[in-house]
Amino acid sequence: MLTRPVGPRRNNIVVHLALIAGALVMMFPFVWQILMSLSTNAEVQSVTPHLWPHELQWGNYAEVFRQLPFLHQLRTSALITVIRVLAQIAFCTLAGYAFARMHFRGKGVMLAAVLSILMVPSQVYLLPQYQIVQDLGLLGSLTGLLLPGLFSAFGTFLMRTAFLALPAELEEAARLDGANPFQVFWHVMLPLIRPSISVLAITSTLWSWNELLWPLVVTTNSDDMPLSAGLATLINDRTVNYPVVLAASLLATAPVLILFIALQRRVIDGLATSGLK
Amino acid sequence: MTSPPGSAPVVPKESGTTKTRRPLRRDGIWPWLFVAPLVGGVAVFYLWPIIQTAWFSLTEFGVFGGTTFTGLSNYQELFADPDLYKSIGNTLLYTVIVLLNIPIALVVASLLNTPGLRFAAVYRVLYFLPYVAMPTAVAMVWRLIFNGDFGLLNYVLGWFGIDGPYWISTPGAAVVAVSIVGLWSSVGFSVIVLGAALKQIPPELYEAAELDGASRWRRFRAITVPLVTPSIAFLSVVTVIAGFQLFDLLFAVLGNSYSNPTIYDSMSLVYMFYEAGFVTNEKGLAAAVAMVVLVLVALATLVQFRLQKKWVHVD
Repeated sequence: MLTRPVGPRRNNIVVHLALIAGALVMMFPFVWQILMSLSTNAEVQSVTPHLWPHELQWGNYAEVFRQLPFLHQLRTSALITVIRVLAQIAFCTLAGYAFARMHFRGKGVMLAAVLSILMVPSQVYLLPQYQIVQDLGLLGSLTGLLLPGLFSAFGTFLMRTAFLALPAELEEAARLDGANPFQVFWHVMLPLIRPSISVLAITSTLWSWNELLWPLVVTTNSDDMPLSAGLATLINDRTVNYPVVLAASLLATAPVLILFIALQRRVIDGLATSGLK
Repeated sequence: MTSPPGSAPVVPKESGTTKTRRPLRRDGIWPWLFVAPLVGGVAVFYLWPIIQTAWFSLTEFGVFGGTTFTGLSNYQELFADPDLYKSIGNTLLYTVIVLLNIPIALVVASLLNTPGLRFAAVYRVLYFLPYVAMPTAVAMVWRLIFNGDFGLLNYVLGWFGIDGPYWISTPGAAVVAVSIVGLWSSVGFSVIVLGAALKQIPPELYEAAELDGASRWRRFRAITVPLVTPSIAFLSVVTVIAGFQLFDLLFAVLGNSYSNPTIYDSMSLVYMFYEAGFVTNEKGLAAAVAMVVLVLVALATLVQFRLQKKWVHVD
């Protein structure tokens, strides 16, 4: 007890120094990306690196919209993400509720089948998914991009867990008042799992926004691609304009970074608890 | 079994018997309406495709579509292909390097857990941002850093008299480069998960140990590490499963086989799957690669669960 006032104080400075050093390493690529996105292509490619651009080239950001189908791709990314998030919330809360709180034949088998997907690597279902989309004539279309991602086994698991944790009394009271199962679900139970729904919304946003392999196989025209695939195809260009590509990359990743910083407490708490069990 | 929802007479009769049975009668058709969209979608887009891939791996795709059963010939071709073993080796190397994120994250999380530490939330966000950022977007700046001619990494290595390689086009070096990016982007998630586990440890344990004169290191070894072993186990399973599916970063850092011929020496299993399935159009072979990924992931997970019985602390 006697050493307390001195000990932790001094230790804290060491702790801060260690954490700051680590944070610098973690942040460095972002900082470097910002600096290089504001440089000229010659500066980026000079053998002695320029730490600071001689003159900030804000025009690189305007070039992104002139040289790349950036707005097209941004629109595609935003559309598929919003639709998938809404669909996942709708389908997963409904199914999660039934799996958690209702009794019906075949429930165990269906639940086991859905959850078994969590353990299967995505490549195992990718080829047939591609075939289905091809057979439906949807290659390169927004619907084709959207399709398999409307359904989520992880989301079902998350929603079921959330509903399982709710007390049964609320539900029973509503049922005695004559509410039908959908009314109980919609008016009583759904509002109570809002925190879990936001975790699902955030994780599915991240997943959809950043996803690469599926968009890469179902789209061939860069105008049809979402940002993730659009950026990835740029690296194969011989005459790459580094500052413009870096500016585009920053613009592409900015929406989720901003979303995450705005909601960080919720995301961190949600992910932490989903990782505990 | 089913009665129309809300049919009044059934309820009082049932309420006298077992309690769990009551909802069975009352829910009627409802549960099926609730699960139908999801289970239907999952069956069509996930469950049936799993079976189909298993079938595809035993067939040859014709030019005009349609398939011919060829037995195990895809597997024979695959196992005779040196690329398979290179891919498995690269995938394992990547996974092992990325697993280092767990000890690093444990140190960071326990520093963040220092009682009364200010700005902990700010640090947490900074460490977590790489996990959130789009892999293909951050890969662009890493490509620049790893560039053999004007990259920052080789410039810095030059200060120490080291002549850095052309990271992206040198087999071996390329996988290490991609692993560094994977490590960088995965630390944040582990910090969050371990941080939550550390919060569960009662502070009295540390206070008692401190009174007994245990050093900071000793307390870390004897209290922190054993009590977070369940989370470490969780993270190692998740990291290995994700590691075996390495694709996004590799593709975004290294490019495709047209622009980077050395990709064949640096590719992962999933990259091999992508090349066979969508570039050279050998779908049967690609399906066989997918099945190999499935088996390896299942084996790795099973082995980990077995081993965990030996080292994971259970209350």
